[in-house]
Amino acid sequence: MVVGKTSGIASLVLKDGTVFSGISFGARTSTAGEVVFNTGMVGYPESLTDPSYAGQILVLTYPLVGNYGVPPHDVENGLLKFFESSKIHIKGLIVADYSREYSHWNAKSSLSEWMAQEGIPGISGIDTRALTKKLRTHGTMLGKIEQPGKTIDFYDPNKENLVAQVSPKEVQIYGTGKTRILLVDTGCKNNIIRSFVSRGAKVIRVPYDYDFTKKAYDGLFIANGPGDPKMCTATIEHLRQALVQEKPVFGICLGNQLLALASGADTYKLKFGHRGQNQPCIEVGTKRCYITSQNHGFAVDTKTLQKGWKEWFVNANDGTNEGIIHSNKPFFSVQFHPEATPGPVDTTWLFDRFLRIVRGGR
Amino acid sequence: MQTSDHLADQVYFVPITPWSVERVIEQERPDGILLSFGGQTALNCGVALEKKGVFKKYGVKVLGTPVKSIEYTEDRELFVKKLTEINVKTPKGKACTNVDGALSAAKAIGYPIMVRVAYALGGLGSGMCRSDAELKEKASQAFASVSQILVEEYLYGWKEVEYEVVRDAFDNCVTVCNMENFDPMGIHTGESIVVAPSQTLSNSEYHKLREIAIRTIRHLGIVGECNIQYALDPNSEEYRVIEVNARLSRSSALASKATGYPLAFVAAKLALGHALTDVKNSITQVTTACFEPALDYIVVKIPRWDLQKFKHVRREIGSEMKSVGEIMAIGRTFEEALQKALRMLGTGMEGLVCNDIAFENLEKELREPTDERIFAVVEALKRGYSIDKIHNFSRIDNWFLYKLRNIITLEKSLRKLSWIRLNREILLSAKRTGFSDRQIALIFGKSELDVRGLRKKFDVRPYLKQIDTLAAEYPAKTNYLYLTYNAQESDVSSPGQVMVLGGGAYRIGSSVEFDWCCVNAVMTLRKLGYKTTMVNYNPETVSTDYDICDTLIFDEISFEVIRDLWELEKPLGVLLSMGGQIPNNLALPLWKSGVRILGTSPASIDAAEDRHKFSKLLDTLGIDQPAWKELTTIREAKRFAKNVGYPVLVRPSYVLSGAAMSVAYNDETLEAYLHLASKVSKEHPVVVSKFITGAKEIEIDAVASKGELACWAISEHVENAGVHSGDATLVLPPQRLYLETTRRIKTITKAIAASLRITGPFNIQFIAKDNQVKVIECNLRASRSFPFVSKVFRVNFIDVATKAMMGKELPKIEKSAFELDYVGVKAPQFSFSRLKGSDPILSVEMASTGEVACFGDDLHEAFLKAFLSVGYTYPRKSILLSTGVPESKAELLEPCRRLQLRGYRLYASAGTQQYLSQNGVKCAMLHWPLSGEKPNIMDVIRERKVELVINIPKSLDRKELSNDYQIRRAAVDFNVPLITNTQVAKLFLDSILSRREKDLKLKPWHEYR
Repeated sequence: MVVGKTSGIASLVLKDGTVFSGISFGARTSTAGEVVFNTGMVGYPESLTDPSYAGQILVLTYPLVGNYGVPPHDVENGLLKFFESSKIHIKGLIVADYSREYSHWNAKSSLSEWMAQEGIPGISGIDTRALTKKLRTHGTMLGKIEQPGKTIDFYDPNKENLVAQVSPKEVQIYGTGKTRILLVDTGCKNNIIRSFVSRGAKVIRVPYDYDFTKKAYDGLFIANGPGDPKMCTATIEHLRQALVQEKPVFGICLGNQLLALASGADTYKLKFGHRGQNQPCIEVGTKRCYITSQNHGFAVDTKTLQKGWKEWFVNANDGTNEGIIHSNKPFFSVQFHPEATPGPVDTTWLFDRFLRIVRGGR
Repeated sequence: MQTSDHLADQVYFVPITPWSVERVIEQERPDGILLSFGGQTALNCGVALEKKGVFKKYGVKVLGTPVKSIEYTEDRELFVKKLTEINVKTPKGKACTNVDGALSAAKAIGYPIMVRVAYALGGLGSGMCRSDAELKEKASQAFASVSQILVEEYLYGWKEVEYEVVRDAFDNCVTVCNMENFDPMGIHTGESIVVAPSQTLSNSEYHKLREIAIRTIRHLGIVGECNIQYALDPNSEEYRVIEVNARLSRSSALASKATGYPLAFVAAKLALGHALTDVKNSITQVTTACFEPALDYIVVKIPRWDLQKFKHVRREIGSEMKSVGEIMAIGRTFEEALQKALRMLGTGMEGLVCNDIAFENLEKELREPTDERIFAVVEALKRGYSIDKIHNFSRIDNWFLYKLRNIITLEKSLRKLSWIRLNREILLSAKRTGFSDRQIALIFGKSELDVRGLRKKFDVRPYLKQIDTLAAEYPAKTNYLYLTYNAQESDVSSPGQVMVLGGGAYRIGSSVEFDWCCVNAVMTLRKLGYKTTMVNYNPETVSTDYDICDTLIFDEISFEVIRDLWELEKPLGVLLSMGGQIPNNLALPLWKSGVRILGTSPASIDAAEDRHKFSKLLDTLGIDQPAWKELTTIREAKRFAKNVGYPVLVRPSYVLSGAAMSVAYNDETLEAYLHLASKVSKEHPVVVSKFITGAKEIEIDAVASKGELACWAISEHVENAGVHSGDATLVLPPQRLYLETTRRIKTITKAIAASLRITGPFNIQFIAKDNQVKVIECNLRASRSFPFVSKVFRVNFIDVATKAMMGKELPKIEKSAFELDYVGVKAPQFSFSRLKGSDPILSVEMASTGEVACFGDDLHEAFLKAFLSVGYTYPRKSILLSTGVPESKAELLEPCRRLQLRGYRLYASAGTQQYLSQNGVKCAMLHWPLSGEKPNIMDVIRERKVELVINIPKSLDRKELSNDYQIRRAAVDFNVPLITNTQVAKLFLDSILSRREKDLKLKPWHEYR
């Protein structure tokens, strides 16, 4: 923005040939992926490290980004305290007005410095509203960020098993509580683990394809994660077996889709998904509406729900599925993110509810 | 707007006091009542009625937030207790009921402390105190009008953040908008520059405060809309809840406009028992209202002050509200929105930079903020102060300071360039940083049109973006738009056919009246089948409701922007005579640049505005005017004044609200005023004219079509000439005018309309003395009194004017419409109590901040109702008089005699007492304030032993008359009604002598016809 400061030029090229040019920040590298937009107005450190964004170039519709810098990499209970995983998962970041200077008591570096360290490029000075409208009309599109002289091919992350890329390779334990939650990590956000541990549970975090069916646990949790749920065949298979055991099961986001698939229902890809912090979800059969944080490109097809299952939450804006629940067994899941970070914390009671059931209550 | 008959089945023009509202309830027997839509006045009135058991008595249900919840938010002790129940933190503090209690509470907390007053609109009486002495003064003033104050910890420098919350009866609760103050704690949010959404809060902070907001609002049981304010520690996540307003507020209006979420509409639905999920988002018309808007732009609000209009007033801003209006700017960078906002204020600033402003004591300006602090920050940055140093003085968050520095850095680099080296990239970057063409022109020593030409050449232009509540996630159905250079395409291309320019910021002299005019013009245009575009930037107006017009452009009203919009939208024409002086001033330049102006030709507008041309015209028409002269030197002015004789009136042309207009009584004051006047307007000459004393002032509001008069209303001022028409009490139809005078006024008006070939609204002001009528001013636009005369006559003057301007057939107006069996009185509302130190007298400079209109069967009834509506109380026992010059004393003698017979106890200053007793009126003598002798006037006021103070200044000269000033100020500070004008005093006394309070008839509007 300021004259005199030599800033590098970079461009965003969409699969349909549209080119947006702007100013480079973060790493000066080229990158390719699927371009998606998020309408949240805060929480870029959390969003960037959300594994569900693997393979995606993220457009933030809120124009002013970087204002409060990036928090320190402090570790608490084995997890980075201020981030949702150990690294940035997006492929690139598109913003309208990157703030070079930041101001916050808890900031340790600028967004650009952090992205540069992690090798992630960003572009500022883009008409993100025009871009968002394009994505809304045409649906999510492939795209690439190119630095001058560094061309790169388009890349379709949906053709890959992204969950395999972000899932841990080993089993890890968090917390010391008596209640054992087996967490299938398909790309889990840290705050899900924090939410269980702070409520006195012990979390056994296992890889997405880990055969947990023989493992001892009190409640089963299926995490969020990137990409097409149908790629996670191993997880779906294990889950199907687990449902026979009738131990409580709770899923979030990808977990909602996987639980649906395991129960015999179907999923489909949304035109441009839900990514933001203002998605209203109504609890079916009530007038209660919750404002939720979301990040998903696929959804459960409610029409395909099998006997015994019913829709639990529905999106008040477009009527898509936001959660399913079994009529008489302790199985339920939600499409939105009750753990928030980023976003509203209106539905954290779901963790309480799940743990209550796990601990033998209703 | 609210008192328009299309908005309600029954409208009452009566005071919002428990007494009159109860009578209305008694007459109307409503099922339900809404208390939270009319601000603090309505809320206080509602609480009082509930306490009196009025609602119970008449079976009226309070809709929305119950009174109990309101009390939780208004009574500090209860408030703290309720919030503690749910572990929500409030500032440490103690409620006190007397000065001693306050002093000991302060001792326990430690200075500095904050004083807050319960049930106060705009933080009246609140403030920071550093010592026992300061606290003593503040507390005793507060206890004059309230029974409880709060002494609490002073959270200086903490961030100030607020959330607008909506909750329905099914416990759905959302936060519609959050806002962050640029000016940290210590400055009332109404006095702060505010951005939405918050800019320096992390996810954790944003959602933590959001969660607390929802928890609090649920616990308090609010149904509808409310606002919660926080202090947030800039160095941790510590917070305090400062207050909850259980009603729609100025912040709600701002939040509605900032997000496109219609808070009042939704709150009304919720109050009626609807669920939030059943209400549709009015922008998308598809999605639900149960959501939280996602913005993809930034909004900057800046308050508009008019402190320079008040003598003696303290310019520091703080925890009391002194601003009279506000503006909102929208952009896609902070820099863009801020520079727009500073121009929108209409205080002569070009933006953040390129202004002619200097500071003597920069550090003091930074530390003790005035209305000009942001420019002090600019000065500090230019002088090379570090960001941290400025932060230490001002406590403004560094992020904002960095952004200000970006603008200054860009200005500096522009100044290093030559005009020919100004390329597209640099020009675009300047525009994206919010620089106006004028700012760029000033930097390069070029004209605004040169810069426009260069923009054309490089194709640098603004784009129209939609405000859609969902950051483009869903298509929007409404055209609520703003302009930005931080874009590469427009969202819409919807050519409006007629573009109506609004009035900009509310300020002294231009307020809701012009909003009414704009909205009515738009309504008529739509009825006529035109697609309309409204341009305005005042978030408090109805004209900026996006459903009023076909397209709303929330942006600047300047030559540059309107010219850009003209090119973008290609309308049939621009209507600029509805929004007051701001749009009217653009008539000539826009017209010259090829924009089609609807209605009266801009050449005629100029002929009326330019005193020289206008005077010549009057001479040609043989119409009388006070002697005047255009000023070239001070010596000439003095010679002129000597010729016509003092007093003389000094004024620049092209003014509204009498900026820098003054009466000079001698050479010395004349010289002083001339300096002031030339500072206000450089482009237009200054005029000195003979000031006629003891004359009546009359105005005519009229509409003409092709020079022929279509409708008119002649109103008379209660006050003699010399009081600004905006501060005057208007009577319609006139009650004390000679028939000859009225006829003369009509003849003059017809002649002027014909010779200027007026098509549209206009207003002429006259003075009349001994049957001689002189024209003092003529404005070829809608005036401040158009809504008043339209409502009194029940003839919509704006409707007629709009039709005339569109060349349509005019409605036929029955002559009988102007023959009334009742009287309308418009009275000014003053805000002197908020403007500490200001001298509450009336003069040629306007000082009122609002107005009311009331009807009555005769002048006395209408006048009394109007004065009770602006806060006067009906005196029952005692009145204090100090009545100035002999003429005033004589005029008030008769009413005083009758008051005494009625059993009123009269107090008077020495001179007045002597005069009254010589004439057989008994009264108690009191000593002047400065004499220090007892019994003293000040004690009587302080102890509120009188219910009314009549203090007539000895002359209209604003020279400090210490004793009088002390009396007036004390009356205001101790909340005793004050009258300072002889004619008003006489009419007030005559009115109370002719009408008891309980004899006032509270009839609905429709019965006055």
